[in-house]
Amino acid sequence: MIRLFKVKEKQREIAENANGRAPVKKQSAGELRLHKDISELNLPKTTTIAFPNGKDDLMNFEVTIRPDEGYYRGGMFVFTFQVSPVYPHEAPKVKCKTKVYHPNIDLEGSVCLNILREDWKPVLNINTIVYGLHHLFTEPNYEDPLNHEAAAVLRDNPKMFESNVRRAMSGGYVGQTHFTRCTC
Amino acid sequence: MTNTGKWRDLDKLLSRPGNLVNPGFEPSPELKDDLGEYTKVLVVGAGGLGCELLKDLALSGFTNLHVIDMDTIEVTNLNRQFLFRLQDVGKPKAEVAAKRVMERVSGVNIVPHFCRIEDKDLDFYREFNIIALGLDSIEARSYINSVACSFLEYDSDDKPSEETIKPMVDGGTEGFKGHARVILPGVTPCFECTIWLFPPQVKFPLCTLAETPRTAAHCIEYAHLIKWDEVHSGKAFDADDPEHMQWIYSEVRNWHSSVNMILIVLLFILLTLAILSQALKRAELFGIPGVTYSLTQGVVKNIIPAIASTNAIISAACALEALKIVTACSRIMSNYLTYNGLEGLHTKMTEFVRDKDCLVCGPGILLELETSITLQKFMELVGEHPKLLLSKPSVTYQGKTLYMQAPPVLEEMTRSNLKLPLFDLMDKMSKDVIHVTGMTNKDDKKTSCLRKLRIVFKGVDGITDVDMASGA
Ligand SMILES: [Zn+2]
Repeated sequence: MIRLFKVKEKQREIAENANGRAPVKKQSAGELRLHKDISELNLPKTTTIAFPNGKDDLMNFEVTIRPDEGYYRGGMFVFTFQVSPVYPHEAPKVKCKTKVYHPNIDLEGSVCLNILREDWKPVLNINTIVYGLHHLFTEPNYEDPLNHEAAAVLRDNPKMFESNVRRAMSGGYVGQTHFTRCTC
Repeated sequence: MTNTGKWRDLDKLLSRPGNLVNPGFEPSPELKDDLGEYTKVLVVGAGGLGCELLKDLALSGFTNLHVIDMDTIEVTNLNRQFLFRLQDVGKPKAEVAAKRVMERVSGVNIVPHFCRIEDKDLDFYREFNIIALGLDSIEARSYINSVACSFLEYDSDDKPSEETIKPMVDGGTEGFKGHARVILPGVTPCFECTIWLFPPQVKFPLCTLAETPRTAAHCIEYAHLIKWDEVHSGKAFDADDPEHMQWIYSEVRNWHSSVNMILIVLLFILLTLAILSQALKRAELFGIPGVTYSLTQGVVKNIIPAIASTNAIISAACALEALKIVTACSRIMSNYLTYNGLEGLHTKMTEFVRDKDCLVCGPGILLELETSITLQKFMELVGEHPKLLLSKPSVTYQGKTLYMQAPPVLEEMTRSNLKLPLFDLMDKMSKDVIHVTGMTNKDDKKTSCLRKLRIVFKGVDGITDVDMASGA
């Protein structure tokens, strides 16, 4: 290739001042795949999506879930999504921004959802994750607990669990923990 | 050693004909001088592999080298990153590595860049004839790959034009295993064509970590992912930060009230990795042995102990390929070498094939357009074009979202673009790549697909009128 380099060197000298305009930053393959995922989103009607950084940053967005059935009916829960440039090789990082009394979501917003970690596969997409999150609110599951206490109450005393959820959602204490109001 | 003696082997290689040479090899004594004069090489990474690469390239006759690395030297690097000394700890790797190689190999010039690879613009990368990668992350490889592939141009027959090919040699090591590969964008598979070669990182279920940790690794992940956040919400954990260390230290004192505490605390001082304490607490609670310093590093930083000899072998292979690509003195590897030195020694060459629809290195579909065509009209065209037949298209151009079919919030934000000329939306570039997502009929089934399009505007020459563009 060295002959080519020599030719290029000459061309470069000639072209040096001809056109100084550099193309804009390249899009990563992850961004492109995400663009596809987003353009095909088919969200449940209880769910909305927002792009806080505007239409040109799809890699960071928020999904709001308003469950219309189950323990969490009437609540409003915001999740932040952070998508890596090597998506879908890696799953997006998802956190729950709303403090919630939930067996599978801890008080810092970590979410225990298999497809976000051990069961993530590149064929899955943003839609799958949103449906997965939605499912956590209709079917909270005491077998995969992140919030220990909440899981135990759900298992042993569903009635009490229900009232705890209500109290947390309307902005009150469950045990020592204070929750901010998140009903809509 | 005299200068002629120093390069004797290289001179033999480059000045004599042979049977195993690459097509186009023209043996001559000047070839070595040209190597120095016309070949500008970028080494990405100045760590274990990068140090080796710089040294190997400098000793292979390359004299015009640049090296880019954002890291500073840590004491734990010194065992294998042989260009660094104890007094260098804290200094930029790129700068020290460049200086050391220049001191030892006369006639070589190395320009260091102490910054992130994303901090440099495309013009910086355009300058180099070949890029050598000594990296340990998929993200960084993927980034450099997309940059190198962005220079690639195809002719109207979808053949890559040779002078736009930016070759890469890529090395990677993990303990006793390693790989070396050659990427000639448009000719051999690019990094993205074969991203599946990199196994996804093993992730433990969060609830297993919290509830029923069974292994030492579980404990460490728990401490790292959950415990730290509980106490320091929002603050990133830094295993090298002494203050983070201090927090752990006091945590341990509170936790253990028994004799155990003294033992544990001693252990911590010895091991000096903050997160380990949390992991140990947890391991003890669940009676799990095997939480060690290296395991903690392995899980948290995802580090597998680096072996100096693996780096040396892989980097030698990469440097040799660089020499072969540039001079054609021997056939280029085709195209992926794996090395395993764990039990005995095993190497294997695999010829991977390109993904012809690769969004990064593939030719895409060529479309010649009038500058007056609006985004709306362009989208209709995409629906009618026999090679595309994409219905409900969404369009993105170099990070700018031009139009989205869904969700409604984005559709609304991009709707006003529909009546604008595509030429304007593409910053009046005479030609560039654009990506379109949409639905297509395949065997009577609707499937979604993402396509790369090469847009060329008719009647606009290669040079854009910059003054006009800025609206003077
Ligand atoms: Zn490719």
